[in-house]
Amino acid sequence: MLPSHGTAPPACKLLVDGLTKSYGTVVALQPTRLEVPAGEFLTLLGPSGSGKTTLLQMICGLVEPNGGRILIDGRDETRTPVHKRDIGLVFQHYALFPHLTVAENIGFPLRMRGVAAADLDRRVREALDMVHLGHLGDRFPKELSGGQQQRVALARCFVYQPSVILMDEPLGALDKKLREHMQYEIKRLHRETGATIIYVTHDQEEALAMSDRICLMNHARIEQIGTPHDIYARPKTAFAADFIGVSNIFRGTVQRDEGGRPILVTGGGRFRLSPAIGAAADAADGQGEASLIVRPEQLDLEGDGDNEVSGRVVDTVYAGSETRVLVALGDRSTITVRLRRGMSPPPLGDQVAVRWRSDAGVLVS
Amino acid sequence: MSAVLLHGSAEGGLRQRLRFGPLWLAAPGIAFLAVFFLYPVLRLLGLSVQDADTGAWTGEHYARIVDTGVYFRVLMGTFRIAGLTALFSLLLGYPLAYWLAQLPERRRGTMVLAVMVPFWTSYLVKTFAWMVILGRTGVIGGILSAGGLPRPEMLHNEFGVMVGMVHAMLPLAVLTMLPVMTGIDRRLVQAAETLGAAPGHAFWMVYFQLSLPGVAAAGLLTFISSLGFFIVPALLGGPQQTMLAQLIIIQIQEMLNWAFAGALATFMLTAALVTCWVYDRVFGLSTLSGEGGRRKKGGGPLRKAGQGVLSVLAAATAGAARLTQPILGERGHGRLPAIYSTLVLVFLVAPAVVVVPIAFTSSPFLDFPPPGYSLKWFEVYFGSDLWLGATLRSFGVAFATAVLATLVAGLAALALARSTSRWRGAIFALFLAPMIVPRIVIAVGLFYLFAQIGLVATDLGLVIGHTVLALPFAFVAIAAVVKGHDWRLDQAAATLGANRVQTLMRVTVPLIRGGLVAAFLFAFITSFDELTVAIFVSGGVKTTLPKQMWDDMILQLNPTLAAVSVVVFVIVMALLLIAERLRRSGR
Repeated sequence: MLPSHGTAPPACKLLVDGLTKSYGTVVALQPTRLEVPAGEFLTLLGPSGSGKTTLLQMICGLVEPNGGRILIDGRDETRTPVHKRDIGLVFQHYALFPHLTVAENIGFPLRMRGVAAADLDRRVREALDMVHLGHLGDRFPKELSGGQQQRVALARCFVYQPSVILMDEPLGALDKKLREHMQYEIKRLHRETGATIIYVTHDQEEALAMSDRICLMNHARIEQIGTPHDIYARPKTAFAADFIGVSNIFRGTVQRDEGGRPILVTGGGRFRLSPAIGAAADAADGQGEASLIVRPEQLDLEGDGDNEVSGRVVDTVYAGSETRVLVALGDRSTITVRLRRGMSPPPLGDQVAVRWRSDAGVLVS
Repeated sequence: MSAVLLHGSAEGGLRQRLRFGPLWLAAPGIAFLAVFFLYPVLRLLGLSVQDADTGAWTGEHYARIVDTGVYFRVLMGTFRIAGLTALFSLLLGYPLAYWLAQLPERRRGTMVLAVMVPFWTSYLVKTFAWMVILGRTGVIGGILSAGGLPRPEMLHNEFGVMVGMVHAMLPLAVLTMLPVMTGIDRRLVQAAETLGAAPGHAFWMVYFQLSLPGVAAAGLLTFISSLGFFIVPALLGGPQQTMLAQLIIIQIQEMLNWAFAGALATFMLTAALVTCWVYDRVFGLSTLSGEGGRRKKGGGPLRKAGQGVLSVLAAATAGAARLTQPILGERGHGRLPAIYSTLVLVFLVAPAVVVVPIAFTSSPFLDFPPPGYSLKWFEVYFGSDLWLGATLRSFGVAFATAVLATLVAGLAALALARSTSRWRGAIFALFLAPMIVPRIVIAVGLFYLFAQIGLVATDLGLVIGHTVLALPFAFVAIAAVVKGHDWRLDQAAATLGANRVQTLMRVTVPLIRGGLVAAFLFAFITSFDELTVAIFVSGGVKTTLPKQMWDDMILQLNPTLAAVSVVVFVIVMALLLIAERLRRSGR
């Protein structure tokens, strides 16, 4: 059950193959395939009920799948009992043992593995130092703050160097400031230990900030998987575009204009599409139904660009580093525009023109 | 009362200190307990060190206990029986409570009723049932002799007493452990398993340790309750199993020796208090009312040793599981707790069920199965002025007790919930104390007091005595609900213009209604079942139902008792189901 130290890590640390789970008629996870290379930080991102926690719990063995396999380092672990899987789980509410001290909590997995006392003490001390809690080993969990408890939970997991570390919304209970700090701490631990981490969250900012790759889930299946930049810049579905970042979505049909160039015809106007985007649309679907997704920073007020819509300013939102302007269009929809640096926001009620370049944005079916 | 509040703070000085704080709501209860609980008990203890004629200080009564072999043997025997009862109640009860705790909530509610029923069934009814089951012509004897086996002696010996005592105490043990167990976060056990603990290790190293406060509380309550028992040993035991409470009754009723009875009571009370003190040192008394354990720090070597013992147990469990796994298979293993729990539940419920056919027997004896069926024993009951009078008196006394106890306990619970006073802990302890001090001690003390002020053989005396005993139950029932009450709602009512009384009547009381109803019914049942106070205080024709049953059971067992038992059982069950129904709909 110990990881085979010394040998080169196999390319694929964890392979989930056709894994599925349903409770009665409710499908919690449709057959799913997922490959996680060694050392990767993968985030399972999605709204509640999207199947991410079910997937996590099946990987660590707390929930039994209805079908499919789980392979760790190439070994089939689907039927291995929880305590014999070489997996670490950081619980949502930490699950620290209230009757054990911090040091005893961290030593628990080592004791279960029969680690000798001297070695155990040394490794617990190292783990405590790693999370900067060296002086609190004799306290009970109740006597620590939320952030400190979170660090103990991390130390208890990293101390026995499991093959894969799973984290189930570990920062959900912390306030924003502390959460950002702990994000940095977890990334540091990931860098220092080289652990393979699968991280569950419903916070898209957290996912973008921390992950090597994001696995976006919706309706009990994987919606899209890729690097944060990939998913932000090239969402494959309207859901992906909408869930990650702020998106303006124009629905319509792809057609050709008189010159044979691709255009999107919507209720609010006709928009030009660059040849590349048009070709992608042609390849994807013959029906022509599509949505054009444009990010707020790709839109411009009174700037240049070969597409234009006009509307009325209904609100401006100041967010410190940037200002967003909400513009109501003729068809009653509202789009969000990021104000260019140095520009002063237009007065409410003003009629404005919003422009963007035809090669900006992504077309999804 | 709000007038005092308004002016109090302005005038300062003494008025400032007497200001209307929430704690004053507890005043009626404190006064009541001081007069009818603390004073009589302390007076009884005082009697034990006084010479009956001269009133001078003396230790002769204590010397007599230690010097006289008989008394000393009874003293030791009482501790032995109480200790064994507590031990067996824990051993039998722990797996049942564990199984109940992991059931889904709805199903658990139903199953817990199977524990509540024997818990609230009268001790007299339960003991009567065991006399029927264990007697020479009883159920078990009948079955064995039908199979050609000899009829074993199961009554009037230690076996009979232990069966009766454990059966009486097991529900208390389970119901005390259950809230602690349901409060344990199951994810901690999952966490232990993801960290590499096999199921056996996860249980002993995590779950069991977290359940210890419940185990200790159950051990404490069963031990203390057993110390003061006299119904079971008197009816199921022989002379060898005589317990302390029986001696005290004999001293009062036959010898009129108050001082010696006081000395015996002191031993019992001291034992109870020492047990409580030890418990408080280790776990904190507040865990009794589900306030959550207080954790003592350190305890280095003892803690280490405890953990060591548990590791050994864990390893032993793992070994045992490896041995039984191939025989039972995984499926069989999973079913073991359910099978075990069902057996224990049958043990708990069966005696009450056995009484029913006997009540309808046509025979004048308690044969099982009955040779024929008839309604004649119910006719005897309903035709008897003595039985009906006793039933009516019990109803009246129980109703008055329930009203008084709910009112007094309700005010006190409200007072303590919002108080941050340093007296809070002491007042809390005072209201729980009648549950800790053995009933026989309270009863004898009250008898002495009532004899002086002319309350013996009066209904008022009974109501007062029963209210003392019912207060802790009512208090705990209301305190549990008040603890979950959202006081911001009261603040909201105040900002919306309600004064204190309006807030109390229109917001607080409707929201804690479930607790009030439960308190009322628990107090009612406590009084309706009560024998100890009744033995002394209800005399002559003014008898209560339990007292009348007790007299009959001592004198001569007869099927009328079975009929009465069925009536009592049905009444108590009906009340219990109503309480449960209201509790659920109250959410």
